[in-house]
Amino acid sequence: MNKMVKLKINGLPVEVEQGATILEAARKVSVSIPTLCWHRDLEPWAACGICVVKVEGSPKMLRACATLVEEEMSIITHDAEIVEVRKTVVELILSTHPNDCLACPRNMACELQKLASEFGIRGMAFPQRLQDIPQDTSTTSLVLNPEKCVLCGRCAKVCQGMQDVWALELLGRGEKTRIAPAADVLLNDSPCIKCGQCSAHCPVGAIYEKSEEHIVWNALRKPDVHIVVQIAPAVRVAIGEAFGLPSGSIQTGKLYAALRRLGFKAVFDTNFTADLTIMEEGSEFVERFSKPTKEAPLPLITTCCPAWVDYLEKFYHEMIPYFSTAKSPQAMLGALSKTYYAKKIGIDPDKIFMVSIMPCTAKKFEISRSKEMSSSGRKDIDVSLTTRELSRMIKSAGIDFNNLPEEGVDTILGEYSGAGTIFGATGGVMEAALRTAYHLITKRELANVDLVDVRGLDGVKEAKIDIDGTEVRVAVAHGMANISSVLDKVKEALAAGKETPYHFIEVMACRGGCVGGGGQPYGADDKVRNDRAYGLYTDDGNSVKRCSHQNPSIIKVYEEFLEKPLSHKSHELLHTSYTPRPEYRW
Amino acid sequence: MPQSMPVLTELTPELDAFINEWKDKPGNLIMVLHKVQQVYRYIPRDVALTVSKKLDVPLAKIYGVMTFYHYFKLEKPGKHIISVCMGTACYLKGGEDLLKELERLLGIGVNATTEDGQFSVQAVRCVGCCGLAPALTIDGEVFGCVPVAKVAGILEKYKG
Repeated sequence: MNKMVKLKINGLPVEVEQGATILEAARKVSVSIPTLCWHRDLEPWAACGICVVKVEGSPKMLRACATLVEEEMSIITHDAEIVEVRKTVVELILSTHPNDCLACPRNMACELQKLASEFGIRGMAFPQRLQDIPQDTSTTSLVLNPEKCVLCGRCAKVCQGMQDVWALELLGRGEKTRIAPAADVLLNDSPCIKCGQCSAHCPVGAIYEKSEEHIVWNALRKPDVHIVVQIAPAVRVAIGEAFGLPSGSIQTGKLYAALRRLGFKAVFDTNFTADLTIMEEGSEFVERFSKPTKEAPLPLITTCCPAWVDYLEKFYHEMIPYFSTAKSPQAMLGALSKTYYAKKIGIDPDKIFMVSIMPCTAKKFEISRSKEMSSSGRKDIDVSLTTRELSRMIKSAGIDFNNLPEEGVDTILGEYSGAGTIFGATGGVMEAALRTAYHLITKRELANVDLVDVRGLDGVKEAKIDIDGTEVRVAVAHGMANISSVLDKVKEALAAGKETPYHFIEVMACRGGCVGGGGQPYGADDKVRNDRAYGLYTDDGNSVKRCSHQNPSIIKVYEEFLEKPLSHKSHELLHTSYTPRPEYRW
Repeated sequence: MPQSMPVLTELTPELDAFINEWKDKPGNLIMVLHKVQQVYRYIPRDVALTVSKKLDVPLAKIYGVMTFYHYFKLEKPGKHIISVCMGTACYLKGGEDLLKELERLLGIGVNATTEDGQFSVQAVRCVGCCGLAPALTIDGEVFGCVPVAKVAGILEKYKG
């Protein structure tokens, strides 16, 4: 343990570990110092100046977020002068910020609005000078509105540090400073992978998900449209937060009920096709593991995460042969809804309108990323909404979410095993795949299906699994910046003619996996990510069937329609391909 | 590879050698960008991308630096660079009128280049001859005590 440091905050004695900041020390004695640029996920860099405090013996005010505590420090966090300075900082920010809060996507969920309210701002203290930079709506997933940017820098820090994508940077200086991709190209012509972590970390409405609720509302109102919906694993443990419920509480039954009340004719669960993904990807793994070839080599790398797919096509395209060709669960459900389901209920697939509810902004990109996303002969998925968009729809429909009865799923594309539900957490795809791979190889069931080594928030997790005397080495990485160390290790070994360090690698772009997705309710940090993951593992633990291959509806869909994993039909509907893409286009 | 992929530029041997020399030294980015601007008179986008690959520095970081320092130019400058002095003396003696006259004659404001690529106009702080206010320089040659009426004649010398 670190040395402890004794200091005083507003006269209150406090003891904190050496290396703690004044901000952290203040929280320990229930003193809250306002912040704006600071975020728990990121190293402080003292951009905004709202957290200034006085330190006895120092002639100037110091920033609490970035100043480390020292022995015997005596700190004043609140007096008339400090509050006045902070208020001026807010007023200056407001002078460059449009005040059309009522029409802002972050209305009622904006950190600047909250500060303005807390400081009792009742007018514009300075004349307004707004940046005249147009909105960037070039991507399928995100809207960048530099006019609303407060230059806190969080999005750039996330994009560069956590994600190692470097799509966003603060360009220019002084009043011309702006957040933009290099060379001021459009976001869609930049390395942006649409993960949406920028939107999840933006304190205001400067970057947000491209809202498509209106398209879904229109489809819901058309009587001749057979509108159906699927919900992703991670949505059920996060949406409650939008209704004041604790993070991680499992809302599956209420979600099904809410979706039916919104008017969806059938409610499906992406967990079902998560199980199907495991059947396909697990079989792919077993095939490669028993006989790796040049075209289908090891390690096999998962591709359920569309932001990761975008990243690999841009930054690691020389490794395309290693990527699983299995589509993501979202894409598989889309394909099945307009083929298998349409046939079963005897409806023209052109009349089906498939909506997916995802924790993710990149899923909006996935549904049109390649021609295989129209494997049913038309767009397999019509609209992909984020958790945030769905929660707004539920509210605007007057649905009292918290008091809804629990309902069941439409089982034809809805029944799921515990393996399907943990897809939403980092390590979950790997754990689910190994449960089934073990069975495919040995024809027996794993005695203990809980593979805890691949769970949790460590950036890179490694595990070795013994399958009948053969060692299977796996790695799991999440948070895009953590992937290069894993892949570079593989590349190095292969280049040196050595055996691959891993046989199977799982990658998810967002920290924590989909539970920490860029389309989830605001305010995620590691505690929230852990809570949500815990919810999924609880859902798994409560399941009667813990493995994908045991799911009766999965067995049935193969019997009735797909024949067997990696069949011709499976390849036609459930698999995809990858192509190198440039980081920049101009 | 899709057609829109920007092409990496073949650098001059001199520039290539310079980059290799500086590759592993701290603070290399600024040095390399200076050199690029010396060679090309500005920093073309494709060259910036090539530098990004060679130094293994993200392009966004390079543009962060390039747009922070006014010295670095992102657009190709005209054949002749007209710098109008806006130091205190020149400003008071009518530097701004010179800019207006240039705008009338060339059709461009400050920090712009004529369509035919002949002239770029920029405003600079004190060129160091306050006694000759208002002053302007063209490609480094100083013109002092310039009345508005003489601007057109000065430009004639550089046309064509």
